[in-house]
Amino acid sequence: MIKTDILIIGAGPTGLFAVFEAGLLKLKCHLIDALPQIGGQCSEIYPKKPIYDIPGFPEVLAGDLTDNLMEQCKQFEPGFTLGERAETIEKQEDGSFIVTTNKGTKHQAPVVAIAGGLGSFEPRKPLIDNIAYFEDKGVEYFIKDPEMYRNKRVVISGGGDSALDWSIYLSNIASKVTLIHRRNEFRGALDSVDKVQELKNQGKIDLITPAEVINVVGDHKVDAVVVAQSKNIEREFEVECDHFIPLFGLSPKLGPIANWGLEIEKNAIVVNNALDYQTNIPGIFAIGDVNTYPGKLKLILCGFHEATLMCQAAYQIINPGKKYVLKYTTVSGVNGFDGTRKEAPKQVVKAID
Amino acid sequence: MEQDITIKITDREGVLHTVLAPTDMAMNLMEVVRSYELAPEGTIGVCGGMAMCASCQCYVVSDTELPEMQDDEEAMLSEAFYVKDNSRLGCQIQITPEMEGLEVELAPES
Repeated sequence: MIKTDILIIGAGPTGLFAVFEAGLLKLKCHLIDALPQIGGQCSEIYPKKPIYDIPGFPEVLAGDLTDNLMEQCKQFEPGFTLGERAETIEKQEDGSFIVTTNKGTKHQAPVVAIAGGLGSFEPRKPLIDNIAYFEDKGVEYFIKDPEMYRNKRVVISGGGDSALDWSIYLSNIASKVTLIHRRNEFRGALDSVDKVQELKNQGKIDLITPAEVINVVGDHKVDAVVVAQSKNIEREFEVECDHFIPLFGLSPKLGPIANWGLEIEKNAIVVNNALDYQTNIPGIFAIGDVNTYPGKLKLILCGFHEATLMCQAAYQIINPGKKYVLKYTTVSGVNGFDGTRKEAPKQVVKAID
Repeated sequence: MEQDITIKITDREGVLHTVLAPTDMAMNLMEVVRSYELAPEGTIGVCGGMAMCASCQCYVVSDTELPEMQDDEEAMLSEAFYVKDNSRLGCQIQITPEMEGLEVELAPES
């Protein structure tokens, strides 16, 4: 059982900044995220794109913002459960909550802050009738452990960064990599496209374009995929393989959180914005894009504000009746849980002759 | 408002909506759909309008002249599902006075 003060669901910008604000109040945080990395949408959808409305940053790349937020909060030693989706929540007799992930990891905290953005990212599955049958029998939508493809024949479909990057990576591990895409053009970083071209020329990646996987063939496990190609003439043929990995991106779904008894409106969690962003269940807060209230704006900067107020309310729950005054970091510095201290340099007091 | 144009949008349930869209607010078609709440929040405009998610895919039914498709829109549509010859990404269609009478149908959620 992982125990913490504030359990944050979602490791996007709002969740990461909440770690910093909680740390100033000497509260410890643990974050759960369905994605294998931190940053939420900022790292999953648009890491290389600039953001222009973060106060004080005229321009910052979404990926750099994520790195900066992690750097800013790291002395408060947040814990992470990544690549797992928060599935259930149970209120305990002492008022705390136990949140269990889809992999069975249990977390306990007196305060839960949902900073889940648009929800957890689920793979977009191609429209192939029998594909569900082959899931975990050779069809995978994520690559979790590349070693499982060692000396196997792999078919990857998709035309974006992840299809390109995994084709490159697996070409050194798998016995055969076939990349199938609906067009001849790929959308990705220029060097990834060039690298795939090079590996294709060397015969290390089989490229089938413009084509589409339309069926999966096998008996209890994937034996082949049926490919429809429309180059000059339309034709269909089988490509023998052990694994079929469709990489068509991820789409966010509110998911199991929708069944936690929270008041939901327009795919978002209703909170009290006059006070502290608490939901209809005391002790559970919702901050950032995942919440809604009159006048709500889904902006990162609004998430930062919401995270800050949520931490104050969490302090009251965790330390009932205990006095607290707001402190400015410039005055008080930042005392990390790891023993580090940041502080403003002392002024020099010296006579001038 | 004289800058407004009339657009017909069929939502994912097949209901036809006739809406007014401003041409002077730098709005795109995806944003028009969201402002009238013709698709549930979180199911359209997921990437915010960067041609990176295809959640705003629509089928253009009228023969209205539209801006030509750019590379990123074309690439995204080549990875999307339920794509037809008349598919476009709503986020890449800026509303202009020339689009008076545009008719579109929202593609299924995927």
